Amino acid sequence: MIDFTPSEEQALVVETVRQFAEKELRPIARKCEETRTLPAEVLARAHELGLVANALPDAFGGGGERNAVTAALVAEELAWGDLALALAVLSPALGALPIADFGSEAQQQAHLPRFLGDGFVPGALAIPEPRIGSDAFRPATLARRDASDYVLDGAKCLVPWLPGGDDVIVTASESGVAHAFIVPRRAAGLTAMPDATMGVSALPLVDLTLSGVRVPGSARLAAFDVRRLVARGRVALAACGVGLARAAFELARDYAKEREAFGTKIAQKQAIAFLLANMAIEIDGARLLVWEAAWQLDQGDDALREATLAINQVKRVALDAADGAVQVLGGHGYIREYLPELQLRNARGLSAFEGIALV
Amino acid sequence: MPITFSLSDRSLHARDHFHRMAADHMRPISRKYDDHEHDLPTEWVDWYWKTGRFTQAGGEGASDGFVQVCIQAEELCWGDAGLYLRTPFAGLGGSAVGATGTPEQKQRYLAVFADPSAQPAWGAMAITEPGAGSDSAAIETTATPSGDHYVLNGTKIFCTGGDGAASSPAGFVVVWATVDKSAGRGGIKAFVVPAGTPGMSVVGLDRKLGIRASDTATLRFENCRVPRANLLGAEQVKRDDDAKQTGDNGFKGAMATFDASRPLVAAMAVGVGRAALDFVKEELAKSGIAPRYDAPPVQLTAIERDLAEMEAELQAARLLTWRAAAMMNRRLPNSLEASMAKAKAGSAVTKITQKAVELLGPLGYSKKLLVEKWMRDAKINDIYEGTQQINLLIVARRILDYSSAMLR
Repeated sequence: MIDFTPSEEQALVVETVRQFAEKELRPIARKCEETRTLPAEVLARAHELGLVANALPDAFGGGGERNAVTAALVAEELAWGDLALALAVLSPALGALPIADFGSEAQQQAHLPRFLGDGFVPGALAIPEPRIGSDAFRPATLARRDASDYVLDGAKCLVPWLPGGDDVIVTASESGVAHAFIVPRRAAGLTAMPDATMGVSALPLVDLTLSGVRVPGSARLAAFDVRRLVARGRVALAACGVGLARAAFELARDYAKEREAFGTKIAQKQAIAFLLANMAIEIDGARLLVWEAAWQLDQGDDALREATLAINQVKRVALDAADGAVQVLGGHGYIREYLPELQLRNARGLSAFEGIALV
Repeated sequence: MPITFSLSDRSLHARDHFHRMAADHMRPISRKYDDHEHDLPTEWVDWYWKTGRFTQAGGEGASDGFVQVCIQAEELCWGDAGLYLRTPFAGLGGSAVGATGTPEQKQRYLAVFADPSAQPAWGAMAITEPGAGSDSAAIETTATPSGDHYVLNGTKIFCTGGDGAASSPAGFVVVWATVDKSAGRGGIKAFVVPAGTPGMSVVGLDRKLGIRASDTATLRFENCRVPRANLLGAEQVKRDDDAKQTGDNGFKGAMATFDASRPLVAAMAVGVGRAALDFVKEELAKSGIAPRYDAPPVQLTAIERDLAEMEAELQAARLLTWRAAAMMNRRLPNSLEASMAKAKAGSAVTKITQKAVELLGPLGYSKKLLVEKWMRDAKINDIYEGTQQINLLIVARRILDYSSAMLR
């Protein structure tokens, strides 16, 4: 039977993560952005919450509770705190979930336990490429078979590169088919150059160059399904976008209820009130699209269409919400003392990212 | 129960059942009753009354409740929104009787809709006046007590289904009138006026942009006497501003009816939007144009982008609608969510149908196809049952926690 109310269990998870985002992420968001830093203790506390570990197979010590809807709820709350910190906190999923989904028994055995230890271990996934028309389904990065090895050549960008990670999962084409490979960060021929972007500055992002990177045949994810990976990425990113939009909406709403002009609160002007009402409607509508796509993933169905519609909608809605927040705050929205200008920069990033988060 | 998007077996059967009904009995006469605006669509009315209303959709197990009702409305309005509104239903008048009437009143006015031997009947609700549209509290139609009766005087406009309700043997109109103008909203009461009551007359039928098969009537009440027993809800007058909080059945009753009817109207809107979107996708597919979800944005054509946005907008509207309906299943207050759904559905399908005409070019504009009709039909969803602006106002007050005095 159709229902849109989170279960008690889901509500409890949401409340826990909401508090974490409110107490641990939001207060440091601005400072982390300005200084381009990521406090290790925050990542450690996120690890203690088990946000990624809960979704990993119990055979390796994970919680065995893979659920894309719950993961979308979590991502929204984290990104409500701050997008860059949310992506950082969720980055272990980039390394672990593709292996859990598409890896062989041996690959899971070799890689998953690392994400389930005492400390925070980041993952990295490299899908986007630094060219016009970057195409997740048809990577321009090439994989060439050489005896029992693969040799990878190409370039990737916007790859989260948190300190302490061992590997990066790289997508590449072989004879027009997309594959994914587990590549050690220290592999010969792999160079990572830090990239500076318009927003999410607290999140370390790199450009990768692969020239003749040689990995063994066993590094290829045996059951890789690019449609499913991309769908999972779009749902996760869309869920983050909903959280970002909601945060911008709330800041605008609260400011409008405080700020006086011509003898009334500006929220009492219909021009402002209707802008806020439209934001609220669009955010709720986009969230339901995200949930539907996530739910479809949980049924094991192909969810690429729904995930794509959801991320497309969220791109529009989050950008409008962040832009609206800047507008409602006026001059205050434009200065870096307030968050809307950062939210606007972050919201635009949603159209550039692919596979920067996973559910 | 966690967040779940699967429809029940009953809903799936209902979707198929009403889709077939729409395709077989509505679409073939869609153009005819768009052209012949004030003719009774007898093919549909007679078939529905004799046969359609007794057909069973089937299915087993639990029901999706109000979500299933929304699915039925979507399918039938995919068929034809004008004919849907002309269907012999108890309508919004029936909803008001159902929500606020006594068991005796429900029996008296609603039993006919399940009676196989009766003539076709309609119910309608008359709120809007020349000087009181969305501002229902400004109603000027008066109800004056006179012995065991009330005497109604005034004019109601834009009464959907008003001709059927005022003219069919067992029809009825629920009329909102004030018993005490000085009491503001608290003085507004609802009265059931059965068809044929002396003093009630249909004085005009509107010629409209769309939903032309629907009879939109102007009703006049001249010393129209109705028994006190026809009053819906409490008789005593609550002073203004108390009315909303104190559970008064007058104005609050009208507003509660809207909370239930707005998701339904939103579902109807989604049906019209889907008619246009389905058709455009089918036509473009014949020319080898289908939206891709696995192509990078720079490779997408303008048409693919438009289609994908139309799909997302329609689905967002549908899900907001289903959410408001699902909250009714849980008996949760849903006036915020109902207004969100109504506002979104109205604007989304207005844009979707306009875009559909554009994408089909000269064919879309021609009366050879129904797309131009769907565009005209869709626009009403931005207007009736609370205009886009009124629903935004309701949403704004809710999210800002403002009273109607604080945000006018």
